Amino acid sequence: MQDVQKKIREEARNLLAARKVDLVIGFEKGTIPCRTSPVFVHKEDDVGKLVWNSFCEMNLATYLTKIDKNKKVAVVAKGCDSRSIVALLVEGQVKREKITVIGIPCQGMVDRRKIERKVEGEILEAEEENGKILVKGSSFEKVFKKEDYLYSSCRVCKHRNPSIYDILIGEKVKENTQVDEYADVIEYEKKSPDERWQYFEKEIGRCIRCYACRQACPTCYCEECFVDSSNPKWIDKGVDLSDLAIWHIIRAYHQAGRCVDCGSCERACPMQINLRFLTRKINKEVKDYFNFEAGLDPATPPPLATFSVEDRQDFIDSGEGVKETKL
Amino acid sequence: MKKISKKEMNKFIQSLMADYTILAPVNIEGIFFFKPVADFQGIDGEYKNSKKPPKEVFFPQTETMFKYKDGKVESTEKVKGKRILLGVRPCDARANLLLDNVFAGEDYEDIYYTNKRENTIIIGLACNEPSSTCFCSSFGGGPFSKEGLDILLIDIKDSYLVDTVTDKGGKILTGEFKEATDKEVKLAEKIKNEAEKKIKSRIRIEGIKEKLDAMFDDPFWDELSERCIGCGICSYLCPTCHCFDIQDEAKNSQGRRVRNWDSCMFPLFTLQASGHNPRPTGKERMRQRIMHKFNYFVENYKEVACVGCGRCIINCPVNIDIRKVLKKILTI
Repeated sequence: MQDVQKKIREEARNLLAARKVDLVIGFEKGTIPCRTSPVFVHKEDDVGKLVWNSFCEMNLATYLTKIDKNKKVAVVAKGCDSRSIVALLVEGQVKREKITVIGIPCQGMVDRRKIERKVEGEILEAEEENGKILVKGSSFEKVFKKEDYLYSSCRVCKHRNPSIYDILIGEKVKENTQVDEYADVIEYEKKSPDERWQYFEKEIGRCIRCYACRQACPTCYCEECFVDSSNPKWIDKGVDLSDLAIWHIIRAYHQAGRCVDCGSCERACPMQINLRFLTRKINKEVKDYFNFEAGLDPATPPPLATFSVEDRQDFIDSGEGVKETKL
Repeated sequence: MKKISKKEMNKFIQSLMADYTILAPVNIEGIFFFKPVADFQGIDGEYKNSKKPPKEVFFPQTETMFKYKDGKVESTEKVKGKRILLGVRPCDARANLLLDNVFAGEDYEDIYYTNKRENTIIIGLACNEPSSTCFCSSFGGGPFSKEGLDILLIDIKDSYLVDTVTDKGGKILTGEFKEATDKEVKLAEKIKNEAEKKIKSRIRIEGIKEKLDAMFDDPFWDELSERCIGCGICSYLCPTCHCFDIQDEAKNSQGRRVRNWDSCMFPLFTLQASGHNPRPTGKERMRQRIMHKFNYFVENYKEVACVGCGRCIINCPVNIDIRKVLKKILTI
């Protein structure tokens, strides 16, 4: 961890000194335990702010569509961040020559809420050492094994190594190819429509429409989100269940073939809504139908943005009921 | 001073149920919400504070102002019956007083808000264990502050010591309340002193407004807004933020006028019909949020629109810490 951090600082310094980039986006120490904060480093003197640990949970690719696109930017990228960069490249949202990817093979990020639930009282200090997280409060000191407390998105991640990078820091890690990434989606699919609706309602019913999920998501970059359109007004602005439901369903649909399942939406959500269950259901559909996973290859457009005559068409209703179409 | 044993609390609450709806902190999968309770089982030991501030009891996130159908209009401004809001933290009670400036001030009375305020009794719960993100004492509040409360409960293990703040609060006390012993009063005093010492975060607020007076065009706002992703968490979870948007929801000859929370962090907040947006980027929006709380509000009401509850610090997805922001402003 310390080595990676040191190298991030070195690379950032070199890039800024050689004027190869205008700024480096990375992580700095948070103001509260178990947190980091994204940091924009413009000057060589500030590279010391950059840190690397198991709390670097934000997907920094989200900033690439928010900043001045003429700027040359270096971005610290975990596996998922790099996949989001690829997704943005494929969709023409960022220019490859403007971006320097500082790739970091990732061993998963720690879900601070999981640790918080295991201690009595507030965590006042947290440290990390050799795969262990040490936390201290006013009346406790506890050690947790990092790999037992990863975010659920990290637990099912099969792409820990960056899919693209200009600089790679640290050794590539072994990919977790054996994990059954859609086990819970399959369980969900087995439920009755009523049960599925109940679960959906329980989760999204507490949404406050702060749009943190949208803002944290690198692939939610529409200049005008459909919820913000006032002419026409597609949906109402309040927290009535029907409006919440439409927001969450459309948000998930818009991610089809684009979501890299970084989990940023869920981490940003203050209401701890299981936001990934919908996007992952759609990811699974895209994988089943098109054998496609977003963010792995800058040369392959997402399935819903392209067309091939070999595409399956059996879902098209010709008006005579659904039937298999053979080409 | 009076006291009530925790065992008797349910009896007391039950006796109020005939006349009041009781809203208390309810733990839903680790998140606390103020919700109506039918059976009071005591306040959950894990309760620090509610996720959404209790402002929503007076100023709901989505509120129907009136409904109409086939030419007939029905006003929905009045709440039905009286309410008791139980377990409110002192910071949030102070926040309600700040909101009164806006919704129940000299210039304007918002009847939707004042009706709910008048029909609600607030029973506070002192903070024996403030969090590291609490900084209420910087703004004249404190973990045992009584401002804005009708009754303050102090947890002394098996009982609550009861500090009756207003007549409105005093009137609901029942036979379950006994006189507290000197020992219990002293214990409460000790807990109070310890709690106050636990608040380590302190912000110097003097001079912030004057600094901000001269900072409208400062490059500081560029730097501050860089990492902000532009969500509405800080404003929606803030107990003093109060901006709203009024919308008409209509279908054929029926519909309603609705007031929804809005946030100055959203581009749509200031987007004009012409397409022009006077706050086009995150920089202007972030500046507005800080200016409103620590400059414009002070200008209008002589008080800072922050009570130090720490919700924005805990919940910001990118860890923008208002304490750090304020400290930085003082150095400019």
